[in-house]
Amino acid sequence: MSIEVKNIHKQFGSFTALQDVSLDFPTGELVALLGPSGCGKTTLLRIIAGLESADSGQVLLEGQDASDTHVRERQVGFVFQHYALFRHMTVFDNVAFGMRMKPRSVRPSEKAIKAKVTELLKLVQLDWVADRFPAQLSGGQRQRIALARALAVEPRVLLLDEPFGALDAKVRKELRRWLRRLHDELHITSIFVTHDQEEALEVADRVVLMDHGKVEQVGTPEEVYRHPASPFVYGFLGSVNLFHGRVDGGVVHVGDDRLATGKVDLAHGSEVFAFARPHELTIVVDSREAGGVAARISRILAFGVTARIELDGLNGSTGQLFEVEITRDEVQRLGLEEGQTVRLVPSRLRVFERNAAASGASQAPNWVI
Amino acid sequence: MAGAAAVLHGSADHAARFESKAATREPGLVKWGLIAISLSFFAFFLLLPLVAVFVEAFRKGWETYFNALVDPDAVSAIKLTLLAAAISVPLNLVFGVAAAWSITKFDFRGKHFLITLIDLPFSVSPVVSGLIYVLVFGAQGWFGPWLSDNDVKVIFAVPGIVLATVFVTFPFVARELIPLMEAQGKEEEEAAVVLGAKGWQTFWHVTLPNIKWGLMYGVILCNARAMGEFGAVSVVSGHIRGYTNTMPLHVEILYNEYQFAAAFAVASVLALLAIVTLVIKVWVERQAGKAATVSEDE
Repeated sequence: MSIEVKNIHKQFGSFTALQDVSLDFPTGELVALLGPSGCGKTTLLRIIAGLESADSGQVLLEGQDASDTHVRERQVGFVFQHYALFRHMTVFDNVAFGMRMKPRSVRPSEKAIKAKVTELLKLVQLDWVADRFPAQLSGGQRQRIALARALAVEPRVLLLDEPFGALDAKVRKELRRWLRRLHDELHITSIFVTHDQEEALEVADRVVLMDHGKVEQVGTPEEVYRHPASPFVYGFLGSVNLFHGRVDGGVVHVGDDRLATGKVDLAHGSEVFAFARPHELTIVVDSREAGGVAARISRILAFGVTARIELDGLNGSTGQLFEVEITRDEVQRLGLEEGQTVRLVPSRLRVFERNAAASGASQAPNWVI
Repeated sequence: MAGAAAVLHGSADHAARFESKAATREPGLVKWGLIAISLSFFAFFLLLPLVAVFVEAFRKGWETYFNALVDPDAVSAIKLTLLAAAISVPLNLVFGVAAAWSITKFDFRGKHFLITLIDLPFSVSPVVSGLIYVLVFGAQGWFGPWLSDNDVKVIFAVPGIVLATVFVTFPFVARELIPLMEAQGKEEEEAAVVLGAKGWQTFWHVTLPNIKWGLMYGVILCNARAMGEFGAVSVVSGHIRGYTNTMPLHVEILYNEYQFAAAFAVASVLALLAIVTLVIKVWVERQAGKAATVSEDE
């Protein structure tokens, strides 16, 4: 089922949770709502479910305005961050709950319920815990039971609120892959909320980036990672090096240093933020070479496949920290040492005008995923 | 998980944890000193009077004891006490659940005022509570003339006694449930609604099972107080023998008439009822404790 939200606005007292949010979720996709805590992503999810109501705006489910439809008629499956399993019921009764609550005329027989529950427990690979209570399960198991329970009522949409938020790193990774596989099997329109960029990029078909109650960018994981639309998105997806400077032709001046940028459509002299990922910076040891930003190596972390070099900015970028990722061979070839002064030359630089963040986002476009 | 009941029950395990750690273990003198103080306090102020009640009750033998209990006035007092409890406990059960529900699940104006009001019967002297009903329903009270015109007796009759008992035992259930329901939040209810459950289904299948033991505990305390209330009931009852005397009032009358053995005999029945209540309470705590250990790693 397709979901569309139009001009949603939500206020909690003086705090604006959502500002004029419009989004289109097409049928069958797995979409991630990604953003820092307090950005309104959970509120949006709860509004789509009907657990919360918007101050203004509409939620359209399959083209039909659902604003006046009660949660229990919306046929959504909702998985809560802390699972919200019924603690006094066995796993079996938890999963069967939705079917048993149906009006007598449409309620399946106890036999049909049993068959369905068994099928769902097999789907989440937990048919052997049917008689246990939620408290006797691990976090990951509870999460899967919560999912089975949501699927039992055959929802048209599946909404997951920070589904892996309360789990440890290893279980998270496992469950992520598992959720992706499950979605590929069921093809039910799903939205999940997360603050973990890795999780969103790894699992979702599309990512919606949100900040301060507004949508910053929508796109496939590759699009948003490779072509961030705003400084916020750039900074939120992965680590990043930031340079403050002024544009002058194809060059950004950072203090006395110069960074080549190629063609930039900005007025001469505009204040800019320039971004480069850690792997997009080259370290130049030769002091005769011009270009790049001067920095001093403060730490070399060479225990992984790649080495991470931490540097303190000098001259125009004093007080700033930079991070560079290069291979360990490269570290040896260059003969890098802590305390050494080098120049950082970006192989790829993304430039944003400094005031654009405020003016650009106020249009609140209707993001089509 | 089941509020005070579980907390009380859990304290035994905590003690073991303190004892086994060198850092929190107190010297023997402090330990035995504190235990001695609490035990002697308990023996002197609680156990001794309780024993005295039974000793005094049986001082003149079984026959006197038995006669005091089958005396028509005593029987009527016992009946009235049980009746007042049987009416006020269910009323306060419904009220307590409704109040706890509305306070923990909804946001509305005057919520804090309601919470304060629930505590009122605890803070006001029972005599004053009784007096309120006399002023409202008594012959000289606001509704007095209207009531006497329509031939309805409230004060110095059973309705007044029930009203006073309801007032005094008002907070027990609500007070027990509010912290419990606050701790549990509303996620499970939300989950139930998303799964298609209607309001009453959610209450019956999700909310009620979660507050079951806390509710039982509140009802037991409520019942204990309903049967033992003296002050408020004394003001509204009028002490009409065989009609408006509850057991505590009957004890007082007998005592004032120097019928000590009979007074203590009736008192012993009250004490027995209290002990039975305590035994049920301990059992409920055990059950709640078990429920809490099951859901401990939530």
